[in-house]
Amino acid sequence: MLKCRTVWRTLAPLARTSSTVCRQNARRAGLNNGRLPACVPAAHMSTAPAGGGRENQLYVLLVGATCVGGAIYAYRTVKGDSQRYQDRIDEISSRPLKTFTEEPATPTQSEPPAAPSPAEPSPPAPDAEILAPIETADLPSGHIQGYLVTLVTTILPEPSPPSEPTPAELTEPVADSESPAAESAAAAKPAEPQLEAVTESGDASPASHKVSSHTPYLLIGGGTASFAAARSIRARDPGARVLIVTDELVPPYMRPPLSKELWFSDDPSVTETLRFKQWNGKERSIYFQPPSFYINAEELGSAENGGVAVLTGKKVVHMDVRGNKIKLDDDTEISYDKCLIATGGVPRNLQVIERAGEEVMKRTTLFRKVEDFKSLDKVSRNVKSITIIGGGFLGSELACALGRRSTESDLEVIQMYPEKGNMGKVLPEYLSNWTTEKVKKEGVKIISEALVKSVVSKDDKLEIQLKDGRLVKTDHIVAAVGLEPNVDLAKSAGLEVDSDFGGFRVNAELQARSNIWVAGDAACFYDIRLGRRRVEHHDHAVVSGRLAGENMTGANKPYWHQSMFWSDLGPDVGYEAIGIVDSSLPTVGVFAKATAKDTPKAATEESGTGIRSESETEHTASSPVASSAPSPTGVQHKDEYGKGVIFYLRDKVVVGIILWNVFNRMPIARKIIKDGEEHADLNEVAKLFNIHDD
Amino acid sequence: MSSVREEGKDRIIFVTKEDHASPSSAELVEEDPNDPYEERGLILPSGEINWNCPCLGGMASGPCGTEFKDAFSCFHYSKEEVKGSDCLENFRAMQECMQRYPELYPQEDEKEQQQQQSSETKPTSQDSAETSENGWWRWLLSFYKTPASLWPTAP
Repeated sequence: MLKCRTVWRTLAPLARTSSTVCRQNARRAGLNNGRLPACVPAAHMSTAPAGGGRENQLYVLLVGATCVGGAIYAYRTVKGDSQRYQDRIDEISSRPLKTFTEEPATPTQSEPPAAPSPAEPSPPAPDAEILAPIETADLPSGHIQGYLVTLVTTILPEPSPPSEPTPAELTEPVADSESPAAESAAAAKPAEPQLEAVTESGDASPASHKVSSHTPYLLIGGGTASFAAARSIRARDPGARVLIVTDELVPPYMRPPLSKELWFSDDPSVTETLRFKQWNGKERSIYFQPPSFYINAEELGSAENGGVAVLTGKKVVHMDVRGNKIKLDDDTEISYDKCLIATGGVPRNLQVIERAGEEVMKRTTLFRKVEDFKSLDKVSRNVKSITIIGGGFLGSELACALGRRSTESDLEVIQMYPEKGNMGKVLPEYLSNWTTEKVKKEGVKIISEALVKSVVSKDDKLEIQLKDGRLVKTDHIVAAVGLEPNVDLAKSAGLEVDSDFGGFRVNAELQARSNIWVAGDAACFYDIRLGRRRVEHHDHAVVSGRLAGENMTGANKPYWHQSMFWSDLGPDVGYEAIGIVDSSLPTVGVFAKATAKDTPKAATEESGTGIRSESETEHTASSPVASSAPSPTGVQHKDEYGKGVIFYLRDKVVVGIILWNVFNRMPIARKIIKDGEEHADLNEVAKLFNIHDD
Repeated sequence: MSSVREEGKDRIIFVTKEDHASPSSAELVEEDPNDPYEERGLILPSGEINWNCPCLGGMASGPCGTEFKDAFSCFHYSKEEVKGSDCLENFRAMQECMQRYPELYPQEDEKEQQQQQSSETKPTSQDSAETSENGWWRWLLSFYKTPASLWPTAP
């Protein structure tokens, strides 16, 4: 192109000069009357083919040269393009196809010769190898795509050896998928996307296990939300095949007992069995289902009634949304129809600890997974002092759990946080103070309004220097300072990340993009009632996971059923909450005096479950439970805030409710939030809870 | 009498039992029985079974999910005198499947029998294999006794 322009530019002045010369000549000729009669009419044209002498000849020569040059350039370009295309095809065909070489060519030969299309005549057709190049956008023109489709159809009847692996690939994924009749050439087009996946995965999976390269439902992450979604999908789509991919080494489990019930177990082998005894004596495992529930990932494609398969120890590193496939850390590629991202999060760490060096990091626990529980349990038996940094749910629960243990051993448990009291960001100040006293009674040394300045390792102990000058010496640190949602896939998948709350931004139906949903801790979703938020609680993971599963099977329901959460701080303090519970909001608390019956212990005894979110659903399933709790012995708590209801208000509307030592009333709380009405007198609303009953 | 205290933006009210004796004057919005967004119980307003009901636990989604759904559907739509008596084949198939996964569907012993059946979502109050079918019947019927059920001819 540039060549043309420069040529034109150089020619133009020449052309102009030659034309003016030409005209001048013509005029002179005209004056000379008869010397060059033929030139006269030609003089008005800028190009004068005849006459004019040497300038004209030169001009003709130049134009001719230009034309020839242009023709040569055009020819070269077209030739170069087709050569480049040829090279690309050759390159693709030469990619190793290790895994599928065993497949005999006979199945393909015996296929119905339903590929009547003539053998590819034109030159661009390479030797029967591949199918569509992965990025069809690469193709120079649309008609070449047509070539490729016919290419695919010609592959089937071709007996030539290089084509054997390819038709074998064709039959493999086709056989794996539900449609058995897709052998015919007519199915070439729909088979293409599967084939693409197959050629890519041909590089990857080691010979030991062949994980199905395609799954209809892919769930990334193996936590609570993922499991709830799997269950929901299976319930709604009969025979569904669900693949869960998790980087943990264990199947899905529930997290709340890791910081509560498992610590109260009398069983010395609890770290192995991970079974906890609920207050009523009923035992269960933290795993949602035993291993026999799941089927092997390799068998997923062929299982008659489908099933749920869990691929453990594999991390998803790349997500190709356009191609509907993901890549694992071992280079396996798996394509999907619908995908759920439930990657949860990673515990945050304090910068001062991260910068403090390896000695400090070695003695720091970031608590989230089963391994963290196992290691902290071991540590708590071997050290003299543990410090928990963080005053929220996890920090306080661990402090109480370890505090309990400290009564049996001489373990010192310290809890430090920047707020004034435990749960300072959740509970109104008066209640936070009251809770802090309770936590102290559990044997925990509280250091409030503590900002960590630095941590150093000295003489095999850790020294925590606070900003106000206080120094705390301890053996081990547990950092419970929040969760960082895992949005690693956002970049490769082109998904939006929320700047206010973190996490993947999704709509009210939990959808990020077509065929991609997000649930659990990692989802920043739009709550129709309460606005955009991100919730990090167990019941939310269950509710959102279930909803995502429903929507993946076509339900299109928005987030509507409000999730709840609960926390127990020792056997005496327990509460259930729903909605937005932020201590910066104005609150109205309505309290009564507590009796012995109003403890978390009694609540779980009645419903028979340790996971309090389940106590609601237990109720709807069965006839009302006959009261099995023994009559109270008349022990009265002297504290002011024995039991009650606390309303959190935003613009005079109740957006959050805490049921303080009042249990099994969550449906009423849920209804009040759902209504979103302005109530003039919240005491009247509190009456609905019958807090004096029981 | 109730006492009120203000602590900054937070209001604290202490009430006695008498204070809360009178019925509440707070108004709640009427529920729409056909609200498509609401979470449903076991039986949907259309009369169909909500397989995704949390009350079923993992019954409809496990390895024996298909057999369970067949059996329960048959039972649900059965119009026989003894409800579900035409579904024995389905229940037998489900039984067989469940016996292959004793971990998931435990056949519990005598001791557990005494436990309240309603405290379990799984029908584990079965005694022996012979009478386990009766147990299934009882467990299934228990769903129909719930107030949330919309099944008109609940036995």
